[in-house]
Amino acid sequence: MNLKPETLQRIDEVITHYPVKRSAVLPLLHLVQEEQGYISREAIEWIAAKLELQPINVYEVVTFYPMFRQHPVGRRHIKVCRTLSCALNGGYRTCEEFEKEFATQRGAISPDGEVTIEFVECLASCGSGPAVMIDDDLHEKVDCAKARALAAQIKAEAAARTK
Amino acid sequence: MTQPAQTDLITVTIDGREIAVPKGTNMIEAARLLGIDIPHYCYHPKLSVAGNCRMCLVEMGMLAFDPATKQPVMDPASGKQKVNWMPKPVIACFTNAAPGLHIRTNTPLVRECREGVMEFLLINHPLDCPICDQAGECKLQEQATAYGRGYSRFIEQKNVKPKRTLLGPRVMLDDERCVLCSRCIRFSKEVAKDDVLGFVDRGSYSTLTCYPGRRLENNYSLNTVDICPVGALTSVDFRFKMRVWFLKQTPSIDTESSVGVNTTVWSREGVIYRITPRRNDAVNDTWMPDSGRELYKQVRAENRLTAALAAGQSATLDAALAAAAELLKSAASAVAVVGSGRSSVDEQFLTRKLAAALKAPAWIVGRAGEGDGILLSTDRNPNTRGALVTGLIKALPGPQLGELAAAIDAGKVTTVLAVNEDLAAAGLTAAQLAKVRVIYLGTHANATSAAAQVVLPALTVFEKSGAFINQQFRLQKFVTAVPGPAGVSDDLATLARLLVAVGGPKLGETATTLWPALAAEIPALASVSFAGIPDEGLPLDSKPWAGLRFGEGASLHFQPAAAT
Repeated sequence: MNLKPETLQRIDEVITHYPVKRSAVLPLLHLVQEEQGYISREAIEWIAAKLELQPINVYEVVTFYPMFRQHPVGRRHIKVCRTLSCALNGGYRTCEEFEKEFATQRGAISPDGEVTIEFVECLASCGSGPAVMIDDDLHEKVDCAKARALAAQIKAEAAARTK
Repeated sequence: MTQPAQTDLITVTIDGREIAVPKGTNMIEAARLLGIDIPHYCYHPKLSVAGNCRMCLVEMGMLAFDPATKQPVMDPASGKQKVNWMPKPVIACFTNAAPGLHIRTNTPLVRECREGVMEFLLINHPLDCPICDQAGECKLQEQATAYGRGYSRFIEQKNVKPKRTLLGPRVMLDDERCVLCSRCIRFSKEVAKDDVLGFVDRGSYSTLTCYPGRRLENNYSLNTVDICPVGALTSVDFRFKMRVWFLKQTPSIDTESSVGVNTTVWSREGVIYRITPRRNDAVNDTWMPDSGRELYKQVRAENRLTAALAAGQSATLDAALAAAAELLKSAASAVAVVGSGRSSVDEQFLTRKLAAALKAPAWIVGRAGEGDGILLSTDRNPNTRGALVTGLIKALPGPQLGELAAAIDAGKVTTVLAVNEDLAAAGLTAAQLAKVRVIYLGTHANATSAAAQVVLPALTVFEKSGAFINQQFRLQKFVTAVPGPAGVSDDLATLARLLVAVGGPKLGETATTLWPALAAEIPALASVSFAGIPDEGLPLDSKPWAGLRFGEGASLHFQPAAAT
């Protein structure tokens, strides 16, 4: 496990917040995913050892929460809501638009490594659907046009970075 | 008001009947004492309480007291103290005895709860009971009969889950049958100390699994099969071999080590199909090692001895016994006897008598292994204590027959009577074996039987009755589960007849008839009869042997004398 010193420091600090080490499983998983993008098998075993648990105890938690990913994702994670309000407002079309823009399929990493597009359940923005979250930012009323604009923005940022 | 002062007993009322139970007793156990069945899946008396199956819901109430005056509130109709019943049911497994506690297990509310739980469990459970290996010993089946609603309202598709997951070398999992009771998870964590099982993808698709890359392969893994209330966990060795209702159950003892795990041998028409643990709260609780369950395979092993041999030729038992007696008598006082820590108390007694009649020194072979701190001890003889109690040996045996080897080399011993011990395995060289004449009484062919002038076939522990004394000095009996191979007589009969043939006294040839002699001669066994040994064993006084340094470390329900 190659974690940054800052992450390790935050991990050691967050463990002290709880009366028993076991309780720090969730914050540790978040911290590791924040840095590595997903929770690897190695990360599960590292966290278990850190908290004096068995790997299965951590694995149970990882499989329970959809927010923990067990596979790497693209540089940005595009989450398109497919729950009722967003679906009625064209969430599926929005998702397909993103897929077309990045020439990829749901769940896979796009060929340029920039994004992973996924359907998710309710993003709690039902009045302004279709709702989309790109990493931690919520975007409302993302119709096909707005999806293209967002995609263009991501591509522009990628181009700027590689220059 | 109850008075639990002296005995620490607490009186609770279950379905209107009072019972006094020790503090900390839960309501499933208390009801069991009254013969009332409270159905349950996740609760197991030897594991922690999880409370997740909800099958044991009961109504609970406490005696009413006036909040202001603290006086009992009386019910004018019955003249008894009023009971305040709670509006919601509670789980019986997690409700411990408390003064004035009342529970009801047979009300319409309780019945509805059980029907509800059963209905949810059966929604995703396969309905192929006739081909399920658990049929006949399935709690879900039994409780569906007793507490289910009898018809299904479910018209949707059932969940699909993994059907044949090999969790380890000996345990197979069918996730569709799993009712998520978590007994196996708790067992692995709490008893086997090998926390590899867990539920993943919790929700409608909750799945029992091992951590990827790990396996359920500890030596206690098959206990998860025993405690699985349904057909989810099955034994790779036993599954689909036999319907359990055809099997005869016989109480026996695991011969693996001096722990003396109590077992049940399941057989049909003279064939053993499986061995499971038998509950003994003072020895093994409800567990046993996987290695002990394999031992029945020795019964039908290829190298089993099934006929007597004299001078390399097959002979009748009478002829072989006569040849053996001739060899022993002609050797004058140059005979040595090697008894066994794997023989029963009765056999060791006869072995000692034989040694006395022949004026021969006697040894047994020590058998050391690694102790696991649970149900396998370092002494891999089931009955070392028996050899001490019967007086066959005075000191603890070593793993090698060094003294015997030296005596053979010196020419002081020319004839050896070996009872169920392979002399080559115990350290005698081929040259030493060739120097002496050997009479071998044993179950399986080995280097000693090959070198022996006379071979007398013997029975395995499953084919005879007897008793062992375990590391706690607990006398435990085993009885015949299956008949021995045709033509093989009982070890006790063989030994008793050999004893007569060499000029010794005439003693009983069965456990029942021999025990009066044991009781008369051995102070520790005075007033014990074979039939009188209880199922849970009989603790003997270990004081006469307190000076010996036994090798066993601590294990379940056992502390070595030095540590206590």
